[in-house]
Amino acid sequence: MFGLKSECVLKVDEEFHDLEEYQGRVARWCPGCGDNGILAATQRLCRDEQLPPEKTVFVSGIGCAARFPHYMGTYGFHGLHGRALPTAQGVKIRRPDLKVFVNMGDGDCCSIGTAHWIHAVRMNMNMVAMLHDNNIYGLTKNQVSPTTPKGMTTATTPHGSVLREMNPLTATLGITNVSFVAQAVEWVPDLLYQVIRAAYQHKGFAFVRILQRCPHFMPTLFDSLLSNPDDIMVLDSDDGVKLSEATAKVYKTREPHDTADLNLAREVAGTEGKVPVGILYRNASVPCYDELRKPARLHTPEQARTVLDRAFDRFGIFPGASGTRHGTGDETDRRTDA
Amino acid sequence: MSSSKSTEARHQSPDVVSMHGARTQRISEHIVEIISDSGEGAQTAGQMFATVSAKMGNGVWTVEIIPAEIEPPARSIEGASGNRIRLCSGAVTNAGDAADVIIALNEQVLIGREAAGEFKQGAHILLENKWAQNKISNIVTAYNDAVGNFKAKGYRVHEIPMEEECRKFVDNPLRGKNIFVVGILSYIYSRDLDIARQEIAKKFKKKGEAIIESNLSLLDAGYHWAQHNLDLHFEIDSPGVTEPQVVMNGNAALALGTVASGMEVCAMYPITPATSASHFLSEIFEEVGGVVHQAEDEIAACAFAIGASYAGKCAVTITSGPGMALKTELMGLSVMGEIPLVLVDVQRGGPSTGLPTKVEQGDLLAAMFGVPGDAPKIIMAPATIEDCFYSIITARKIAETFRTLVVVLTDANLATGQQAFPRPAFKEEWLAPPVDQSPVPAGANPYDWDAATGLSVRRLPGQANGMFTLTGLAHTRQGTVAYGPGVNQEGCRHRSLKLAAFQKTLKTPEVFGDPEGDLLIVGWGSTRGAIEEAVMRTRADGLDVSSLHLKFLQPMASGIREILHRYKRVMTVEINYSDSLDDEIIDDDNRRYANLAWLLRARYLVDIDCWSNVHGQPMKPGAIESMIRSRLQ
Repeated sequence: MFGLKSECVLKVDEEFHDLEEYQGRVARWCPGCGDNGILAATQRLCRDEQLPPEKTVFVSGIGCAARFPHYMGTYGFHGLHGRALPTAQGVKIRRPDLKVFVNMGDGDCCSIGTAHWIHAVRMNMNMVAMLHDNNIYGLTKNQVSPTTPKGMTTATTPHGSVLREMNPLTATLGITNVSFVAQAVEWVPDLLYQVIRAAYQHKGFAFVRILQRCPHFMPTLFDSLLSNPDDIMVLDSDDGVKLSEATAKVYKTREPHDTADLNLAREVAGTEGKVPVGILYRNASVPCYDELRKPARLHTPEQARTVLDRAFDRFGIFPGASGTRHGTGDETDRRTDA
Repeated sequence: MSSSKSTEARHQSPDVVSMHGARTQRISEHIVEIISDSGEGAQTAGQMFATVSAKMGNGVWTVEIIPAEIEPPARSIEGASGNRIRLCSGAVTNAGDAADVIIALNEQVLIGREAAGEFKQGAHILLENKWAQNKISNIVTAYNDAVGNFKAKGYRVHEIPMEEECRKFVDNPLRGKNIFVVGILSYIYSRDLDIARQEIAKKFKKKGEAIIESNLSLLDAGYHWAQHNLDLHFEIDSPGVTEPQVVMNGNAALALGTVASGMEVCAMYPITPATSASHFLSEIFEEVGGVVHQAEDEIAACAFAIGASYAGKCAVTITSGPGMALKTELMGLSVMGEIPLVLVDVQRGGPSTGLPTKVEQGDLLAAMFGVPGDAPKIIMAPATIEDCFYSIITARKIAETFRTLVVVLTDANLATGQQAFPRPAFKEEWLAPPVDQSPVPAGANPYDWDAATGLSVRRLPGQANGMFTLTGLAHTRQGTVAYGPGVNQEGCRHRSLKLAAFQKTLKTPEVFGDPEGDLLIVGWGSTRGAIEEAVMRTRADGLDVSSLHLKFLQPMASGIREILHRYKRVMTVEINYSDSLDDEIIDDDNRRYANLAWLLRARYLVDIDCWSNVHGQPMKPGAIESMIRSRLQ
């Protein structure tokens, strides 16, 4: 007689998604691989934002970083090399309810998938794209990547790479409709977490480049950065990341910044000698392709019938059109102009 | 009477039969070709003439004559642009043979068509004659030479002052000369001018009354000029229309089929001759909540479609051969990940960039075997324009039911040809039912392959308890990446079993002709009408020939083996390349066969011959007929 029906009781405990729910299979990256830190920060983000695991999709290409979705407890799509972005766009186009993340390596994003990278920025669909940039091809074992510093010896550049490395930040900031660009380094978890959380909260296509250690093939690549934290330039702005006290003590190089200033962002992105971290650019007012193309009408059988009938009318020939044998032309298709 | 009909005298139908009855020839079919430089409106004229004829109840098949360039140089042989209309008193299933009447706005555009054997011996050529008075002497010479040549070859050339006549009615005869041409043809073929007037009113509706009126005068002017100056008048039985019909080309049919299939996403990249399907779809798709996404490249288009399908919105990507080649890796992913996908390949001439605007059936083996590794998929080929419409509905159903890739092979012949077919009556079941989104039962796996059929229940993002990571890597039924010796074997086996399970649902195709005999012609895709017409003609002369047309190329229905064995000889007729035994070094050990012939030989162990070419033209019934006669001699 008294009390609530059991199904009406708030199930607060069950509805809270704890960290374990976002953990998928056991990660099999090398010990010391920077991907582990990115995974931990992302799982923490999902927990803190309470993303429904069944409504969250991690899309990746091929490479070490692309194993990422397997280690998440959400839906995942581990597709083809270079094709993560257009696949993720397809996932999102008619599923605004899904939270979409894309994890790409530097080969995935900056080499084989370059065309998609440029157009994904321009389309500005609601999703977070993380570029796990370790400056090397790891899974295929030590080939030069577009971001490998000039002069590095790799399996395909035994005498040192001859081209200057590309800068994914300046490239991204040069593309029409760019709406969010940030950079982090995976060995500063506090900063990394804040950056990807800001990316998640951004409306539009949020591009985050994460510098990432590859202990196997590039063991010394970031040594100087690790031993000289002053070379990491933290961008300071009112709406930027807020370092914890402990982190702030280590990373003392601070640069006043304005995340709304695209030219400043481009300048900062091109900084030589220091690595800018934090949010370089943010503009939530850029139109999003998924919203521009969202259906104005529901897809219903009635609507399909109406549209088809109208098209059939347009191509239609109706009984009564005159022939030389029968018909007078009296009935000739008044409807064709409808 | 129609609203466009006024009381003015020039709008009255002239009484043609009494004036010219004696010279009127009764015909049961004719082929008319209208050609000009690009941009002079020959295609519009052809479509209008065809529509008028279809509305009079004639069987009609049109073929677009399209130059590869958008604006090729004027008066060039390669620049010929226009339309060919086959007009019959009864139904028509293909483009037919050579043209009976050709109407051209300059002599150069005739030259290449004539050389290609497109004109019937003794055909009537109606030619704009203004070139004879051109200020440039080279043009005058070229014109006179060509006319002389055509006459010497036995064509009946009628030189017509088209521009001069048009100038009496409009200031700029370059616009509207094509309607004068429609007027001429309307007289020659006793067309119903009321219908022609309605078509003009419809065509120029957006341009306003003045333009409609001037085009109506040109229609009448052409008609009257022909009536008084041409001794050329045909009457063709035009039975009128008894059931509602639609007239469209194959690409429009694909677009409407996409709407009717219930798919909401089409991702594409421009490629000839597929693109016009997306043009038309773009016009109407948003009205049903759909989206045509023009991606940055063919690969992105396919990835986008796959992403949408994975997320529960089954998608289609429409392309042509070179585009399908680029999508190959993603086709493998669709098969491996068991993501439903409909891929339409509007085939054109290959290899490489090949013949962008012309027909070929050269992609069957590429579709079947192009993906590295074992990638079983379903391949179907519509045979008619009507079939293009229904095939997309079927393809989506198969794709989702069998969690697989379905490749639909049409071609440039279907894409640009126009044909009337019964107006489809909408059925709600066309739109596939929504996918079950209920929570996934505990213990269920993303690839719970049925032991007998390989089928498993698809799960979609949003379904609670169903989280898994789809991968193109070898995976277990749990979706786990695994490289053990049994894992890939099991996965491949189950994906292959799905094809067998689907095959069990197919009906044996019906033979056209007798159940046994001297010769069986096997075809697929757009050649059906031409093959059957050739078979009909040769059977009428007592030859013991039949034909079989395959809609499903992979898997193939049961019963085909038995059919093949009932004929003394079996051969395929296809529009793709095969070696000829006439070449000195070609023999049975090195001969390369036509696409379907390879497949039939391999599967059925029958010594199947083939006859094919890559002329880039629709297969002509007359050519097939001659081939049959020579083989059965």
